[in-house]
Amino acid sequence: MGEKVKKIVRTIRVDLDKCNGCRGCEMACSAYHATPKYSAMNPARSRIRVVMDQFNDEYVPIRATDYAKAGCDGRRVYTIKGKQYSECSFCGTICPTREMFFDPDSGLPLQCDLCGDEKEPMCVQFCPQGCLTFEEVEVEEEEKEEVKMDEMEIGMRALLDKFGAQKIADTFNRLSQKG
Amino acid sequence: MRYAETGYNLEVDLSTGNIERVETDPKLMETHLGGQGVNAKIIWDRVKPDTKPFSEDNLLIFGAGLLHATPVVGCNRTSVNTINPMTGIFGHSCMGGHFGPELKYAGYDRIIIRGRAPKLVYLYIHNERVEIRDASHLAGKGPGETTSIIREELNEPFAQVACIGLAGENKVFTASVEHGYSSASRGPGPIMGDKKLKAIAVRGTKDVNIAHPQELFELCLRMKKWINDSNGCGDWMAVDEDDSFHHNNFAWGYSRTRIKNYWSEELQDRWTHWKYDNMDRQAGCYNCPKGCINVISWPGTKRFGYKCYGKDTYHMAAFKELDYTYGMLGQCLDWGVDSYSTPQAISLGIELYDNGILTDQDVPNFPTDPGDRVKYLLEKIVHREGIGDILANGSWWASRMIPGAESFEHNTVKKMEQLPIKLGKLNPAYYIMIATGEKMAITQIEGSFPQDPIKDPVKRKEFVDRWDAAPYQKFKDMFMNWEKRDQISIEDTCALVDWNEAMHYVDDSTGLCGFVSSFRGQFGGQVAYSFNNVPQIIHLATGMDIDKEGLWEICRRNRDLVRCINNRLGMRRVDDDPPKDHWAVRDPELEEKLLDAYYSFRGWTKDAIPTKEELHRVGLDYVADELIQLGILDPNEGTPEQEAAKAAEQKSGGC
Repeated sequence: MGEKVKKIVRTIRVDLDKCNGCRGCEMACSAYHATPKYSAMNPARSRIRVVMDQFNDEYVPIRATDYAKAGCDGRRVYTIKGKQYSECSFCGTICPTREMFFDPDSGLPLQCDLCGDEKEPMCVQFCPQGCLTFEEVEVEEEEKEEVKMDEMEIGMRALLDKFGAQKIADTFNRLSQKG
Repeated sequence: MRYAETGYNLEVDLSTGNIERVETDPKLMETHLGGQGVNAKIIWDRVKPDTKPFSEDNLLIFGAGLLHATPVVGCNRTSVNTINPMTGIFGHSCMGGHFGPELKYAGYDRIIIRGRAPKLVYLYIHNERVEIRDASHLAGKGPGETTSIIREELNEPFAQVACIGLAGENKVFTASVEHGYSSASRGPGPIMGDKKLKAIAVRGTKDVNIAHPQELFELCLRMKKWINDSNGCGDWMAVDEDDSFHHNNFAWGYSRTRIKNYWSEELQDRWTHWKYDNMDRQAGCYNCPKGCINVISWPGTKRFGYKCYGKDTYHMAAFKELDYTYGMLGQCLDWGVDSYSTPQAISLGIELYDNGILTDQDVPNFPTDPGDRVKYLLEKIVHREGIGDILANGSWWASRMIPGAESFEHNTVKKMEQLPIKLGKLNPAYYIMIATGEKMAITQIEGSFPQDPIKDPVKRKEFVDRWDAAPYQKFKDMFMNWEKRDQISIEDTCALVDWNEAMHYVDDSTGLCGFVSSFRGQFGGQVAYSFNNVPQIIHLATGMDIDKEGLWEICRRNRDLVRCINNRLGMRRVDDDPPKDHWAVRDPELEEKLLDAYYSFRGWTKDAIPTKEELHRVGLDYVADELIQLGILDPNEGTPEQEAAKAAEQKSGGC
């Protein structure tokens, strides 16, 4: 059993009632993560997506959280205001069940990094409506060795899952030799 | 690399099924910006004057604004242009929502549609993949169902859908294109129906590039907060429950009856409860923090969204209260009819029945209650059934098609219904805007210069001191010296009309919404966008060098071009004519002077056609050449002022 330690957890709180469906969060996220920064807009590259159906008053910003190589076995169905939603409708996991949170060009996963070097994530800054708020909460939890994957590692993970280690190694060697 | 724009148009011929992705001329951005500006240029070039609106050769263009899909806040209105079957001239139409930005993310600045599909189809766009697909299963369906069926069958939950309802399919002239709770009225609905195009679904996953990314993004971040916090932006009618203005001042029924003391506290309280007890949300459009769209779930109807004056027109036509309109709007949205024109066509029908022009034969089992009558006629119109087939063409056409009805029609300009405003004394600026405007709704023309002077000189000064949107000192001086509404020089009147109009031409071409820009400044002066900051924003987004004067010049060019399209379609001075009873007291001599002065100011001839000199000045020589060749424009004719000077010179004999 690990020892209990205090930790700061950074997160984004979502108040669905305050979302007006402007999707400024998507735009801002894609701009922030563009290279050079802010040079291109493309909500399809955003790590936050507003799952939206105006005719059913559905406005749910979802943030890309963890990468999973397989879809989960969630089969439950929820009914909200008469409309049925599958369990994965509002899930933040980056998984092959949905197109969401994969870079449209490379197909690699896009994970929310809370815009590390910003005082607040860009989606929160672009949401003066107050639907998204940034929070740093102190929690007490068991200490465990956690390996936090960075962006490239998540991408490599996805490639390994897709093509297998041998193919990746061969390709890497071939491309490296070309210089 | 192209910045802000994608550099490609999507050309779709529904007759042949041909689809092409065509690279555009980068120069068009410098001359017309984008949106309606470029759409107008395409319509001038490709829709010949003998083209009937319901013809395969008429184009229907969905144009994204130049600044769509950039970080610019409140920039989301898509221009949808065609030749409007009701007016027979260039149809000015636009809608909010998410359509234009998504189109750009798919890699297109606009969709140009010609032809007519052999059966009902819809267009599916996912980046380079474009398909014309069968829509027979969508026939008669409303926007809610159409959108969800299309998203599901394409497995495209993020696709943006614009579509027509039953009214559009039946080519009802007052039908609109529906997109979420936004809509494009004044022409495109019936044209989409004629082309048998039920819907367009767009999904884009491509980048839109910015010329000066850091500066633009930081500016927009500040502006998003500022617009969110500002009372000077957005639709105040979405949150101000005191709507005495429309109810006490606008005319009820068939735009004839004013009820000056209609509004009361008791009524406001009751209506406020109806609204907030049934409201789901105040929703917004792409990248705008404002919640201008009231989304209501009213018992017994489909959920609907409305903004602005849209909640008033049905109950004011039927002499009912807000609950009546709330009971109607879900169905109206589902059918896809414009709530601006349609109630007027309906109330004309009721008036014709009350006056014996229409009989029980024309309207069998016509109810006695006015509310039931409005519903009865609406249903006939949407289905184009019986008398509805005539009223579906709008009040101008209906009054010319029903024997004995012409003298009853009283509220149109250029064959299209106007706001039901009936006032006392003529207001010079409004005379010019209503007469000469060809956008067919005063809200698309007025908006930067306040409607009324501020009586208290201290408050007036305060207003002017904070008035950052005023593009030149002369407008501040004009306002400081303005005491009485109708007392303002003709010269100043022309200048303020020009500013009002120009700002709308900025919005139409960039995609900005009037509620953060052109329309909103007149109420409080604290608006987000003006000639003082838009040039810099365009520069940061596109890289193009442009200043205030340069932007104004583009607006002038776009304004002239729309006028020339309409001149080529037959429009002249005689059509620049407000409803006869818009003001009780008219002044024909002054009105002629105002028109002459405005045409001179614009560089137009006495017959309201831009002169050769004016067209040369704005770089539209090719337009002048064609108008001269067609015998429409006399190359030697100047403006009324120039002609008067010539005449005076001849009289004095010269040397």
